[in-house]
Amino acid sequence: MKSDIILSGVGGQGILSIAAVVGMAALENNLYLKQAEVHGMSQRGGAVQSHLRISEKEIASDLIPHGKADLIISVEPMESLRYLPWLSETGWLVTNTTPFVNIPDYPDMKALLSEIENMPHHIVINADEIARQVKSPRSSNMVMLGAASPFLNLPYESLEKGINKIFGRKGEKIVKLNIDALKAGREYAVEHTQVGSE
Amino acid sequence: MEKLLLLGAEAIAQGAIDGGMSGVYAYPGTPSTEITEYVQNSKTAKEKNIHRNWSANEKTAVEAALGMSYAGKRAMACMKHVGLNVAADAFINSAITGVNGGLIVAVADDPSMHSSQNEQDSRFFGKFAMIPILEPSNQQEAYNMTYEGFELSEKFKVPVLIRFTTRLSHSRSGVQTKKVKNQNELKYPDDPLQYVLLPFNARKRYNGLLGIQASMQEEAEKSKYNFYYDGKDKSLGIIACGIAYNYLMENYQNLDCPYPILKLGQYPIPYSKVERLVNECEHILVLEDGYPFVEEQLRGFLSKGTKIKGRLDGTIPRAGELNPDHVAKALNKDVKQGFAVPKIVANRPPELCAGCAHRDVYNALNETMKEFGKQKVFSDIGCYTLGALPPWNAIHSCVDMGASITMAKGAADAGVRPSVAVIGDSTFTHSGMTALLDCVYENTPVTVIIADNATTAMTGGQASHATGRLEEICIGLGVKPEHVRVLTPLPKHHEEMVKVLREELVFDGVSVIIPRRECIQTAPKSRKEAKVKVEEVT
Repeated sequence: MKSDIILSGVGGQGILSIAAVVGMAALENNLYLKQAEVHGMSQRGGAVQSHLRISEKEIASDLIPHGKADLIISVEPMESLRYLPWLSETGWLVTNTTPFVNIPDYPDMKALLSEIENMPHHIVINADEIARQVKSPRSSNMVMLGAASPFLNLPYESLEKGINKIFGRKGEKIVKLNIDALKAGREYAVEHTQVGSE
Repeated sequence: MEKLLLLGAEAIAQGAIDGGMSGVYAYPGTPSTEITEYVQNSKTAKEKNIHRNWSANEKTAVEAALGMSYAGKRAMACMKHVGLNVAADAFINSAITGVNGGLIVAVADDPSMHSSQNEQDSRFFGKFAMIPILEPSNQQEAYNMTYEGFELSEKFKVPVLIRFTTRLSHSRSGVQTKKVKNQNELKYPDDPLQYVLLPFNARKRYNGLLGIQASMQEEAEKSKYNFYYDGKDKSLGIIACGIAYNYLMENYQNLDCPYPILKLGQYPIPYSKVERLVNECEHILVLEDGYPFVEEQLRGFLSKGTKIKGRLDGTIPRAGELNPDHVAKALNKDVKQGFAVPKIVANRPPELCAGCAHRDVYNALNETMKEFGKQKVFSDIGCYTLGALPPWNAIHSCVDMGASITMAKGAADAGVRPSVAVIGDSTFTHSGMTALLDCVYENTPVTVIIADNATTAMTGGQASHATGRLEEICIGLGVKPEHVRVLTPLPKHHEEMVKVLREELVFDGVSVIIPRRECIQTAPKSRKEAKVKVEEVT
């Protein structure tokens, strides 16, 4: 078993929390893990990504080679396209549709969505809307993780446990909000695709 | 002893704590900041009373670490690569004085300049200082090398440089820890003159340093971090330094590389191992992240180097971070390309946060400068450097820590009026104070704007030495109190800020303007902490 995942978004959107939860889940399943992330200047509203690799075998490189990623999870639609050179032919693109517009030349949404829909394997999900529906408006990142969870080769329960470990210090309420968001994202993905309905 | 999930930087911190360190000294700088932060948050470090507060800059950090080593205890100084330039005087001379307690200097290089102004390779500094260099390939080695590094330093009585790059520093993986060692006891150097670098003694010390080079070389020959893996196909021999080894093995998932590999993790370069590889193999491929440090030494000056492939002959791009695809190409392997990035994807550079005080400073400065002309504002290193980008285009330099003030001085000396510097509070106490003193000394007409957000913001909100004492420092350096002006940068104070800026820009002498409002990122945390404190009291 091996999963090579690119997480993408804008600095401050919580992709490092996604990485941390998946990391905890991988550890719990005694898998090898390498996760390279971006700190520093880009975290100020710039494009950020994280390479997350999980495997039964020892992992060599901290970076995923081009064309080898099984999955791109993006919390922002334009950012989902920035790392396409890493996505494998059979890989899935799972992205939020709520744009984060902080640049003057942000592309037209219709054109953006049509580029995403051109991808052979994609799931688009309005994670911000779903997060609001489950009264967890700040957890759109966990909605995205939930939506991507059927492709992760990790037991769903260990993601919930990961949330418990990562957010436990912030109190039960925060843990529950994040788990609700995770569930809602997963349900959406299972409902709208044929895959992952285990 | 436990298994932890750690960033490379954190693995270095944990290795130092477990290796018996008594103090860490550092100034924040991406990608090295997390080492010291990890020690600051460590329960063990607190219990063991390990020193872990920030230093004013990298030079004071290395000097303080050297002082702790003088007293017989183990110390570590951490910084980013350009920080080693600031610390260079202390660093190079600490190799001449030698050490008493183990001394590690951990330096994070930033190839591809993710968060830096250059991609210099600190291994050159290690060679320049003539001390052992350790270069981990993964998080476990980062831990082990730091854990063992103090003993290596104490064995040769010189500092040890640990060199690593952004990718390892900011990548997380499992690390197995070792038994925690006790800290050293207080013990003065055997020779009371050891640290006195008067010429007569410096010559003696330098000869001593030259004298141990051969044994450092021998140590590298037998180091477990310099490993020779034999291979059947001698058409190529590969030298893989530090993290480059991972990128190489990524291309041989089943550990089935047919070529001999020399994995390098400890310098000086082990001569016999390299000689064996060069003698046995038709061509040599050198893989290293950063400058062609090993490759240049292999080629030498007179060798045409036809045998050697690497960054200098274009096999690997000369600039930028190494990655598994570069290595695949160098090995003539197929490189996949995934999908193309659609043309509509726009660049998204970093920007000042919504509500950031620097926005108000630049709005006021730009309006004021309209009547004074363009390209007269020098700046520095921090979040406010983003003022160089649209919509402000407000500043015209970012060179090194503190340079805004001294460049404004030089420009003023050349006749630029007004000459303006924009610097942050933490950068000012890092390297701006002596620059301001130069201005005061000659009463140079410069206007220095110290944008005070009460933190070291760009690296994530570390404490700033300037907090609460900026006016005192400026007045103490000799700036006239009536020309130290404090403002609150908020949109509603725009007119007032423009007025004060104009008054000081036309003043024919040194003036300091301090727009003061806490960083929008750290302010909620400070409010929370203040509330907790109040609750504790009441």
